[in-house]
Amino acid sequence: MSKDNQILEEFTSKEYEHGWSVNYEADEAPAGLNEDIIRWISVKKEEPQWLLEWRLKAFKTWQSMIEPEWANVHYPKINLQALKYYSAPKQSKKPKSLNELDPELLAIYERLGISLNEQKRLQGIAVDAVLDSVSVATTFKDTLSKLGIVFCSFSEAVKEHPELVKKYLGSVVPMTDNYYAALNSAVFSDGSFCYIPKGVRCPMELSTYFRINAANTGQFERTLIVAEDESYVSYLEGCTAPQRDENQLHAAVVEIYAGAHAEVKYSTVQNWFPGDKNGKGGIYNFVTKRGICAGDYSKISWTQVETGSAVTWKYPSCILKGDNSIGEFYSVAVTNNYQQADTGTKMIHIGKNTKSRIVSKGISAGKSQNSYRGQVQVMKRATNARNFSQCDSLLMGDRCGAHTFPYIDINNPTAKVEHEATTSKIGEDQIFYCNQRGIATEDAVALIVNGYAKEVLNQLPMEFAVEAQKLLALTLEGSVG
Amino acid sequence: MLSIKNLHASIEGTPILRGINLEIKAGEVHAIMGPNGSGKSTLASVLAGREEYEVTEGEVLFQGKDLLELAPEERAREGVFLAFQYPVEIPGVSSTNFLRTAVNQVREHRGLEPLDAVKFLSLMKEKMKLVEIDQKLLSRALNEGFSGGEKKRNEIFQMAMLEPKLSILDETDSGLDIDALKVVSNGVNQLKSPENATIVVTHYQRLLDYIVPDFVHVLYKGQIVKSGTKDLALELEEKGYDWIKEEVESKATV
Ligand SMILES: Nc1ncnc2c1ncn2[C@@H]1O[C@H](COP(=O)(O)OP(=O)(O)OP(=O)(O)O)[C@@H](O)[C@H]1O
Ligand SMILES: [Mg+2]
Repeated sequence: MSKDNQILEEFTSKEYEHGWSVNYEADEAPAGLNEDIIRWISVKKEEPQWLLEWRLKAFKTWQSMIEPEWANVHYPKINLQALKYYSAPKQSKKPKSLNELDPELLAIYERLGISLNEQKRLQGIAVDAVLDSVSVATTFKDTLSKLGIVFCSFSEAVKEHPELVKKYLGSVVPMTDNYYAALNSAVFSDGSFCYIPKGVRCPMELSTYFRINAANTGQFERTLIVAEDESYVSYLEGCTAPQRDENQLHAAVVEIYAGAHAEVKYSTVQNWFPGDKNGKGGIYNFVTKRGICAGDYSKISWTQVETGSAVTWKYPSCILKGDNSIGEFYSVAVTNNYQQADTGTKMIHIGKNTKSRIVSKGISAGKSQNSYRGQVQVMKRATNARNFSQCDSLLMGDRCGAHTFPYIDINNPTAKVEHEATTSKIGEDQIFYCNQRGIATEDAVALIVNGYAKEVLNQLPMEFAVEAQKLLALTLEGSVG
Repeated sequence: MLSIKNLHASIEGTPILRGINLEIKAGEVHAIMGPNGSGKSTLASVLAGREEYEVTEGEVLFQGKDLLELAPEERAREGVFLAFQYPVEIPGVSSTNFLRTAVNQVREHRGLEPLDAVKFLSLMKEKMKLVEIDQKLLSRALNEGFSGGEKKRNEIFQMAMLEPKLSILDETDSGLDIDALKVVSNGVNQLKSPENATIVVTHYQRLLDYIVPDFVHVLYKGQIVKSGTKDLALELEEKGYDWIKEEVESKATV
């Protein structure tokens, strides 16, 4: 066994840094999934009748659907009846300000490296934090509301801006879209809501942190971002979960609407618990994310850094409906140990002169499987559509797998679609070269991987880019073999 | 400084080095010559700590330490530098970023404070002059798409940045044009001091006009079969290796 292999064995056992769980009295739904549970959630959240009906309709739809099996991932069937669908940290009364928040909850965020107060003061990033099912705090609300920007938890939006929620909820990802989206529509608990009015440039990054805490709980957030004509917003999402033996389900839905000349940048660093080194535990992350470039000259850009989850199933997509609209997808997906990721994007060109750009960087280590699945669809009306796709895979060691599944469907002869794909291995040569200059193997891997993923990392806001770089290095520590 | 005794090394079970003996003192320049495939790069790699080679016999002391016990990065931090015959490309990583990581890890080992961005850049500027390397080259990804000569020049630039005790230049001259050869040799000479030593592996005596060696060794079939002064290089230039091979073969049959 070479030295590198030894390091591999040592470090793949490296424990998940965010693997701790806090005991607080949860206000939970009983386990199981049926109409009564959905009513229970809706009552608990003091929702209007129309939303309850919407949920029940989604539930009916979901009952008629079957779990998709086309993705290149394998996992035992999830017993959805054994899960709990709602878990809120118990609080005697609603907090009016951050100062009134349960100190134990605040401590959780501190440990996650998100100090709400610090973020608020130092970075000028507005943060909404979702713990288990409930949105706990939204900072900077006043500053934003002066501009007419709404940034709050989903439940709050339902209460304060029902007309907006009603108008856009399910407009990009209909409840009938797929199995997990339907499930989410029926039982979603909370999430974030952003609304940027016409002509407003959001002056700060909007950011949400999600964390699953309670055992046997499914987390189903719903994020809705609406950017009216000529507006701009950059939205960030971060995720963590504690280490547990059982797998936990996460099935979120994100919808983005961009009006004419509007631009939405959505970035996420996903670090759900990936399971231990033997593949036990971890989050099943089955997420539907989609944006619509509804207006002419609109732009939606997805940037994702996926390091966590036992199983990931996720295809942030753009519907390029407006003429001259632009869709972008930048992704780094890292898998190690027994992780499985099937991720990619769909670019659907409907309007004229629409452009899309896909940059996907897969990194597989350990015994993991990493698949890129991308679809570029050019509709009849979409003259002069352009797509450029770059799908690279980097392998570390010889027990992992990388797969690329590009689907191209062109119905207009003026379309230009380019696809480039490469597969490479982190070479012993490269590592040795770094070693020879005094650089330790761990740092060499970090250097090489960050170099490889640079084009994507460059898309992230500064703060996130640094965090993402560290996360990549941490996920891959010792995976050279 | 460096003492190699009866060094045997093999790769995938094939013996390549078969009993190397070599003593190098501080301040000296040793040239190693020898036909293709004789084991010159292998010796350099074994000294640098490449995992693929298995040392089956012998010992190497570097400044009194057992070199073979150390990991490659530890050897580098102790002051062993290898200018590669075939420098490796690392996409997406700028030379600047790469070198900053390297320099600071070496400094840490030597108990020095890491250099901040400003100090690092001024050090770079100073060393860039030495080998007349273009700033543009250094902001590009490390060695990616560099011409053969640019790669070699970059190796010597890295050497200048890292200030090693023992530098091993593996055919740094091949691929350099005549002017570049002068510039690079000049750089190497300026870095020379009574405290450090240099091993130059080359096929051409021309390089030795610029970097004048104290000793010249001929490596053949994994052994140093002849040692001498600079004159030996001239003799080899003139006569080739056949006479040495014959000498070795006749000794073997006696
Ligand atoms: N992986 C390997 N398996 C078997 N033989 C190998 C392997 N790697 C190197 N060799 C052999 O080891 C011998 C020495 O190679 P080395 O690169 O050290 O030669 P060299 O003296 O540097 O030659 P050159 O002048 O061409 O650079 C060669 O015969 C080479 O084919
Ligand atoms: Mg060689």
